[in-house]
Amino acid sequence: MSAEPGDGTVGQPRVLWFGDDAVLVELADLAAVRALDDAIRAARDRAARPPAAQEGTPAPRAAAASAPTVVATIVDQVPAARTLLLRVARGADPGALEPVVAHAWAQRRTAAEAVPDEPVTLEVVYDGEDLAGVAELTGLSVAEVVARHTAAQYTVAFGGFMPGFAYLTGLDPALRLPRLASPRQKVPAGSVAIADEFSAVYPAATPGGWRLLGRCAVPLFDVDRDPPALLRPGTRVRFVSTS
Amino acid sequence: MIEVIDPGVLTLVQDLGRPGWAHVGVGRSGAADAGALRLANRLVANDEHAAGLEVLLGGLRVRTLGPVTVAITGAPGPVWIDGRPVAHDAVLELAAGSQVRLGTSTVGLRSYVAVRGGIAVPAVLGSRSTDQFAGIGPAPLAAGDVLPVGPAPRDWPIVDLAPQRPWPTEIVLPVQPGPQVTWFDDGLAALCGHEFTVTPATNRVALRLSGPAVRRRQARELPSAGLVPGAVQIPPDGQPVVFGVDHPVTGGYPVLAVVRGRALDVIGQLRPGKGLRFVVG
Repeated sequence: MSAEPGDGTVGQPRVLWFGDDAVLVELADLAAVRALDDAIRAARDRAARPPAAQEGTPAPRAAAASAPTVVATIVDQVPAARTLLLRVARGADPGALEPVVAHAWAQRRTAAEAVPDEPVTLEVVYDGEDLAGVAELTGLSVAEVVARHTAAQYTVAFGGFMPGFAYLTGLDPALRLPRLASPRQKVPAGSVAIADEFSAVYPAATPGGWRLLGRCAVPLFDVDRDPPALLRPGTRVRFVSTS
Repeated sequence: MIEVIDPGVLTLVQDLGRPGWAHVGVGRSGAADAGALRLANRLVANDEHAAGLEVLLGGLRVRTLGPVTVAITGAPGPVWIDGRPVAHDAVLELAAGSQVRLGTSTVGLRSYVAVRGGIAVPAVLGSRSTDQFAGIGPAPLAAGDVLPVGPAPRDWPIVDLAPQRPWPTEIVLPVQPGPQVTWFDDGLAALCGHEFTVTPATNRVALRLSGPAVRRRQARELPSAGLVPGAVQIPPDGQPVVFGVDHPVTGGYPVLAVVRGRALDVIGQLRPGKGLRFVVG
């Protein structure tokens, strides 16, 4: 696709059958995923509000198949690099989401128009095992690597991999390096890492192939906290150095 | 309350899962044969979301610490109460101190035990299901565990027995094309019309099959995308993987087909060595 990187305006979403309770929406790039994911989440939030809080008069019974009703059937919404998965409640028809997706796409805000939320600031001790190696491979000093990693403004593009793990976009292109050729058997919980165009913080210890820059003491995922995941798709993130 | 004497091979607490968290890396999980758990709950007049026990290959032994009403469904193995054989898919009234034992079924993989009032272990993110992939939910049952039972529902059982169709001998999974069907030379024909066998590397995460390798047209890289239960993914070795209830929330190999909703419960009942076919349907 020849979309301008980051504008998310080119390429209509393709809605594909994905089992009897889901559709997979294919999009041109990450920015398009982000824009559609935000637009559909906003529509779900509006549909979930009690009727008294909604503007206008309640819809008549005949309008049962209206957009808010269909939007309310979505129970899982999973953005990824080029796709958005929408899974509906048992018995609901995912095919009914096609006009909802088209409408949300028409109503979406591009990155430039979106009103950014306050970023989550994560304090990092930059003493990671791969910090010196990253400096060497990028031709930067360790101080410059840290400066570039903390200067960027990140956005959670999507989750996956493990509970609370968030793929952060916005990494300085000078820090773009492939994953390690052989993954580590154990990456410690809280490790702040980079791989390809992404940065991330490991919520728990796990095998992993990202390059470790430092560590962060804030729990990323806690089932007893509301919300359990600190970083959710769309959340803005900044890193600050405390080393 | 119920005391676990022997959990057998693997017994997990399961309900209908925890929807709504996949975007932060926590999948739906829930009973692998949701229909069987629903039936067990209906028999004891529970809400269908009540938690029960998912028993892999029988072997569970429990003792009741108070009077309870239970029903056992799913893979049709023998069941004994204090040594006396009792019916599957039936409402069973047990006095305090009764011992319930599940034998091994000759067909199927998982049986379900519903207890009137539900297994009342603490919920995690709104569900009592154990997700073996994400590592969320109660630990597998261990000998000596005492399981709390919730308050009895207002309704009473309305039938004594739920007649079931005979267990299928021939397994046919109906599928429709998945998002990457065009990545394969023959499309769905590469999958349908061949016999596959369930391998021992099969669990709640996925059914791993062996059979004629399904070849794709090009070795392109696919960016990770969200998954659903029943997604048939084809890794580079060409051996299909059919995702189950504890599937990872995203996957990075092409999805050739997706199993129809009406056959998803079957995926949770196929034991290693079982043969199966896919059909377009």
